[in-house]
Amino acid sequence: MHKFLIRSFVSSLVLLFTLTVAAVAKDVKAAFVYIGPTGDHGWTYQHDVGRKAVEAAGFKTTYVEGVPESADAERVLRQLANSGHDIIFTTSFGYMNPTNKVAKEFPNVKFEHATGYKREHPNVATYAARFYEGRTILGTIAGTMTKSNVIGYVASFPIPEVIRGINSFTLAAQKVNPNIKTKIVWAFTWYDPGKEAEAAKALIDQGADVIAQHTDSTAIVQMAEKAGVYAFGQASDMDKFAPKAVLTSVENNWGPYYVDRVKAVANGTWSQKDTWHGIGDGMVVISGLDSQMPSDLQAKVKKLQADLASGKVHSFTGPIYDQKGNLMVAEGKTADDGMLAGMMTYVKGVEGDIPK
Amino acid sequence: MIVDINFVGLIIASIMASAVPLILASCGELITERSGVLNLGVEGMMIIGAISGFALMTVTGSLIIAVLGAMLAGVLISTIFAFLTQTLITNHVATGLALTIFGIGISAMIGKNFVGIPGKEFPVLFEGLKDTIPLLSPILFGHSIVFYFAFALPFITSYFLKKTKIGLIVRAVGDSPESASNQGINVRFVRYACILYGGAMCGLAGAYLSMIYTPQWIENMTGGRGWIALALVVFSTWNPIKILIGAMIFGGLTIIQFHMQAIGVRIPVQFLTALPYIVTIIVLVVISRDSRKIRLSTPSSLGKSFHKDN
Repeated sequence: MHKFLIRSFVSSLVLLFTLTVAAVAKDVKAAFVYIGPTGDHGWTYQHDVGRKAVEAAGFKTTYVEGVPESADAERVLRQLANSGHDIIFTTSFGYMNPTNKVAKEFPNVKFEHATGYKREHPNVATYAARFYEGRTILGTIAGTMTKSNVIGYVASFPIPEVIRGINSFTLAAQKVNPNIKTKIVWAFTWYDPGKEAEAAKALIDQGADVIAQHTDSTAIVQMAEKAGVYAFGQASDMDKFAPKAVLTSVENNWGPYYVDRVKAVANGTWSQKDTWHGIGDGMVVISGLDSQMPSDLQAKVKKLQADLASGKVHSFTGPIYDQKGNLMVAEGKTADDGMLAGMMTYVKGVEGDIPK
Repeated sequence: MIVDINFVGLIIASIMASAVPLILASCGELITERSGVLNLGVEGMMIIGAISGFALMTVTGSLIIAVLGAMLAGVLISTIFAFLTQTLITNHVATGLALTIFGIGISAMIGKNFVGIPGKEFPVLFEGLKDTIPLLSPILFGHSIVFYFAFALPFITSYFLKKTKIGLIVRAVGDSPESASNQGINVRFVRYACILYGGAMCGLAGAYLSMIYTPQWIENMTGGRGWIALALVVFSTWNPIKILIGAMIFGGLTIIQFHMQAIGVRIPVQFLTALPYIVTIIVLVVISRDSRKIRLSTPSSLGKSFHKDN
């Protein structure tokens, strides 16, 4: 009788233990904080595609959309940390301070902050994507495909991320075609289809025959399609919105990283780190190339893509000069990540001033 | 500097295209306000129109059903406003604001399934005549039917208010609902009708954005145009022709500042971006200085609830 009791006690303990382990492994809950609505079909939308990948991998997720980068963010984060979430992704630059502040109060919850650089506590990691690598490819295509030698660029806000993109794009375009001019128009919005379309129209009316964008909606590629000029998709593959205009798109692919990190929490292997992934790690994806591009250009682009992935080619390889002709990166050198992260000057060949 | 005359035509055509949603929504709201009702729900009604038009176009594939459906959706949501403010006598301002918040929320909810779907091409009229007359061709030809309707609407509205009996009734109700009521006019019925008409025009303005101007659905795609339309009504002192002028200046400056940026004019970009708002207000205030005329065209009972016990 005793034996039976002990045995059943032990076995139930074992059972309980396995159940607990299983429950811990399965019950990791991830939360996502978004700056915009998931319906923006741009930045937030792509993060939400990543969240769905986490869900598909068997984890529970929640999200809060349209969270302002203010004291509200802190409240939302505290609420999420309090309600049993094990890992919280904060997907906008402005969440940097709230994330670190709340992370201090909840040392057992992991925090992942996108596009930031502050990791004040061991439970805060940062991650970002090297979108500028994608723009090197777009610049190469634009410089080759333009006939008017005027390339239009619709920009959003003057922050390093956007300036870096303009520079990387222009450097690549100049490399294949020294005669090009990049005309920049600041829309001062991340997404407002009407305004974006008007900005693109102004550039097209002024002779631009290739349009690049650093705003989120599909209005620009649609305008390009209407006007019969080329354009590139932003954040997701926009080919179906403008089959003739879109030559390729640069896609934000967060899914693999998110699944990785949530699994790491489940396995107990999560640790603080700073991730900046590009084409090589699949965080930046180049969509299919349009058949209107000549085959030698397609081959060149594919090679460039492989070289960027392997690290053989760097988007910012010297000599690079700023607009005034001062040397930014010496010949044979490449820009380091510190310089890239704080880039707030145009390279030579970009027209106009950065709005202050 | 040689200015290509067709280039000027192209710019004017883009300015007119960007003014269309403002004209439609403002002219609709103008009728509502002339009947004495202040409906701050323009943005909400526009966004409802935008998602309804886009959703119906995607689901049914028919552009006519989509455009009419968007107008009907505007009518339906404004019926809520009309019921609350006219039957339950709630405060106009609070109810209108609630309508906008409600519209933005519900459009986002319906719109979840329509994000990332390309719109359909909307047919344009007189496309064949596009290269016939220099300067004028791009302005006159090759636009959608909604475009032509929008530019006729201020004149129709002006005629309706000044020259027709029903227009007179609307103005009477807006100026003195008590006197109108004593004359045997059903004030509540007139106001209901004016609110629903305003809803239909805002729905059409939204559909223009999501189906013709930038054929796609994304959340909040009206981007504050409803508020600009509301401001235009006030600053034009309830005059439809001045609404047309204001909408053209606003749209014009938005587009011209993009051109100035692209040319490389060295003016701070933030100033250029603010320019449309500042200049539109200044111009409308200047052209509407005549205080006698303002008194004549301002609906005296704007925003006041009318309660008749019978």
